[in-house]
Amino acid sequence: MAGKIARRTFLIGAAAIAGGVAFGYYSYRKPFPNPLEGGLPDGDATFNPYVKIAPDNTITVIAPRAEMGQGVATTLAALVAEELDLDLAALKVEHGPVASAYANIAILRDSLPFPVFDDSTLANLARDGMEVVGKFLAVQATGGSSTTIDAFDKMRHAGAAAREMLKAAAAKEFGVAAATLTTRDAKVTDPASGRSLTYGELAAAAAKLAPPREIALRERSEWRLLGKPQMRTDMRAKVTGQPIFGIDVDLPDMLFGTVRMNPHLGGAVVSLDASEAEKMLGVIKVVPIKTHLGNGFGVIAKSTWHAFRAADAVKVEWGTAPYPADSAGMWQVLADAAAQNGSVMRNDGNVEAQFADASPERLIEAEYRVPFLAHAAMEPMNATAQLEDGVLDIWAPNQAPSLLRTLCAREAGIAEAKCNVHVTYLGGGFGRRLEADYALYATKLAQAADGRPVKVTWTREEDITHDAYRPAALGRFRARLDETGMPVAVDLKVISLSIMASVLPRFYPMLMALGPDKTLTDGLFNQPYTIPNYRVAGVKAELAVPVGFWRSVGNSVNGFLHEAFMDEIATAGGIDPVELRKRLMANYPTAVKVVEKVAAMSNWAEKLPAGKAKGFAFVLSFGSWVAEVVQIAETPQGILIEKVWIAADVGTALDPGIIEAQLTSGAVFGLSAAIGQEITFADGIVEQTNFHDFDAMRMSQCPAFEVAILENAPQMGGVGEIGTPPSLPALANAVFALKGKRIRALPLNKEVTFA
Amino acid sequence: MRLTVDGQEIDIDADPDMPLLWALRDLAGKKGLKFGCGIAACGACTVHVNGEAVRSCTLLVGQLDGPVTTIEGLSTGGKLHPVQQAWLEEQVPQCGYCQSGQIMSAAALLEHTPSPTDAEIDEAMSGNLCRCGTYPRIRAAIKRAAALKAGA
Repeated sequence: MAGKIARRTFLIGAAAIAGGVAFGYYSYRKPFPNPLEGGLPDGDATFNPYVKIAPDNTITVIAPRAEMGQGVATTLAALVAEELDLDLAALKVEHGPVASAYANIAILRDSLPFPVFDDSTLANLARDGMEVVGKFLAVQATGGSSTTIDAFDKMRHAGAAAREMLKAAAAKEFGVAAATLTTRDAKVTDPASGRSLTYGELAAAAAKLAPPREIALRERSEWRLLGKPQMRTDMRAKVTGQPIFGIDVDLPDMLFGTVRMNPHLGGAVVSLDASEAEKMLGVIKVVPIKTHLGNGFGVIAKSTWHAFRAADAVKVEWGTAPYPADSAGMWQVLADAAAQNGSVMRNDGNVEAQFADASPERLIEAEYRVPFLAHAAMEPMNATAQLEDGVLDIWAPNQAPSLLRTLCAREAGIAEAKCNVHVTYLGGGFGRRLEADYALYATKLAQAADGRPVKVTWTREEDITHDAYRPAALGRFRARLDETGMPVAVDLKVISLSIMASVLPRFYPMLMALGPDKTLTDGLFNQPYTIPNYRVAGVKAELAVPVGFWRSVGNSVNGFLHEAFMDEIATAGGIDPVELRKRLMANYPTAVKVVEKVAAMSNWAEKLPAGKAKGFAFVLSFGSWVAEVVQIAETPQGILIEKVWIAADVGTALDPGIIEAQLTSGAVFGLSAAIGQEITFADGIVEQTNFHDFDAMRMSQCPAFEVAILENAPQMGGVGEIGTPPSLPALANAVFALKGKRIRALPLNKEVTFA
Repeated sequence: MRLTVDGQEIDIDADPDMPLLWALRDLAGKKGLKFGCGIAACGACTVHVNGEAVRSCTLLVGQLDGPVTTIEGLSTGGKLHPVQQAWLEEQVPQCGYCQSGQIMSAAALLEHTPSPTDAEIDEAMSGNLCRCGTYPRIRAAIKRAAALKAGA
């Protein structure tokens, strides 16, 4: 497999970067400047892009990733605090400015077409190459479950370097060797004399010293914070209703606004009549919007409600969209594309030969479908923008501030250096806030607001009908079993929209997209199964519906497809689904251990009373190995999801409390989709508009959870998305076990009722 | 127009047709209550009116007939309300956006039902959507808050 991929250009997703790498490898080792140096108050000191200390001993840690519920502010601060010998309560955590120093390198490594367990020279060379590329692109983004993997060494080093510099300054002061000093509670102490100085007292002198070249990081056995559940740093603000979200931004002279973009996604505005709307009380202006991300209009008003009302009163004729008008037409596009071979991402043995002479009784064939999905984060899309004296300021809950800066500056016709992006807390992200549309449209309204800031809030209807959707997909699968019921040949083809082909023209209008898209088969080609003849192909369907990153991305599609089909293979072969996995994954002890763990936790082998059933699934995603068991029960109101057991191997568990919350969260997100979510099209527009027809799991539907976190994997894996992929197939497989009915199209409530 | 919000009299220049949510957020500067759907389908905007949990996104400010309490006025005397305290101890919030509404619904529930059963929790809380899936911790926190209130 690897050899075939080597002959292709290495890709970031699908953008060729080879030129960029060759351009200046020599300068790759040069560190980025420290962005904190510019704006320091008098007397404050900064040691590196992550640490600043004021004379009054206020210690601030920069956690330069979007806090959208996944706990990054806490865990990133803990990495620094561990090495600085501080408690989390003793420091302030800030997101900080947008800067190249905060580029996420790890997010790119996972875009490579190698499974995480591929330890070949080629795979490792490519991963090293990605570090170089990552430095050149300097994308500051939160996604791909990459935050702690990216920060683990960097931010511990930042804390350790600051600590050693503080000790060196104290050593000069005390006239002793630095190695004899101790650090605790924001003080450096000389145990011999009992003298001590606070970090704040030492900071100014310490920051002038050269950072140490070699620092030994704390051994795991010495960790005080890492590896243990911490009190989250954002909890108090979140239980007292503090104005921390983008939608809460409040600025002097601020105006309010909203947008209505063409719901025929990609269509133009044919005509616009705002005369009635502009006469309405509280309305200041209606502004036509034409951008590479969408066409429509915005309203500037004295309150959000006035803007909403006026937007309803604008008479507009929308142009049509460049895709089939309804869902049936779209499925036809996918079905037609199925004839293509696509990109073969895995090809073990000789699949064709195996199927050439397979007897029908040993053959399984199945077609699966998953729908488009919206993100529906609780905080509707919004951004606040102000353009004054050639400087553009954007306040937005977002996952990719460097991208926002590039696109908004470009739209406003100013240099990037004249655009400041302020990242607020996010009321949910799930990948939706990697997009820049809400900020770009706010920029357009700011251009029409005479220097005043405008807070632009979308209605929920606008949010759901103008998403970058999780792609719909079609799976065409077949398997050949041997006499014992084991699969000897498995042939998997997924036909879907390419996320990268959709995203790249939106994110980087200046780059050209090419090559295979790993997200198309993520969760399908890179699973730790050993099957003698095993082929996985992905076909890109040409369908212009905007698609994007939805929690767990390709794994949300393919985790379901792969694991539902594995359950079919188990049933057809008369082998217990857990036993089948243990045999097929025997070469990967990490996988076997999570399978055994979840089986033990859930008492998988027990005989359940009539009306109850369990389902199992396993998905390796973002470097983490996750098995889930879902138990359901028949009730008079429908199927009730009673309990979910999760065993996850994340390699190194930095905060078990947060990881448990994320695994549960990911599963609820996936189960919500499995039981009832789908986005459909009619007359060229999305049919669902709000939570009444695009709902999610509610309190009364939520199962009990039991979670086990394992640490056998050799590398640290991600956490924020990994609970999602196995949850959908585990539920579908439980429904099969309960009803004897194999549902091959999501959502499941099209065929069964849930309580 | 004069409203009583979080124990204070507030004068705002609002159209009577304006939903209480927007009157409070955009005119009165109250940001704790959140906009989620505008159709009373998610509960993010929940406040108390006359001590009852209501969805402020569909209650017109002209129809208001009593004092309003938002999350910002829930705690008194610098001490967290038992529901907030329980939320903190159980580490409930993830993104946190829905939690003001969740806390207001739970506080109203415990006023009427000091020791709710699981079914009563389901009944009172199923109008509050959480996309992060914090429901198991919300359930635990409501039980903890009930115990805190009983012990207070």
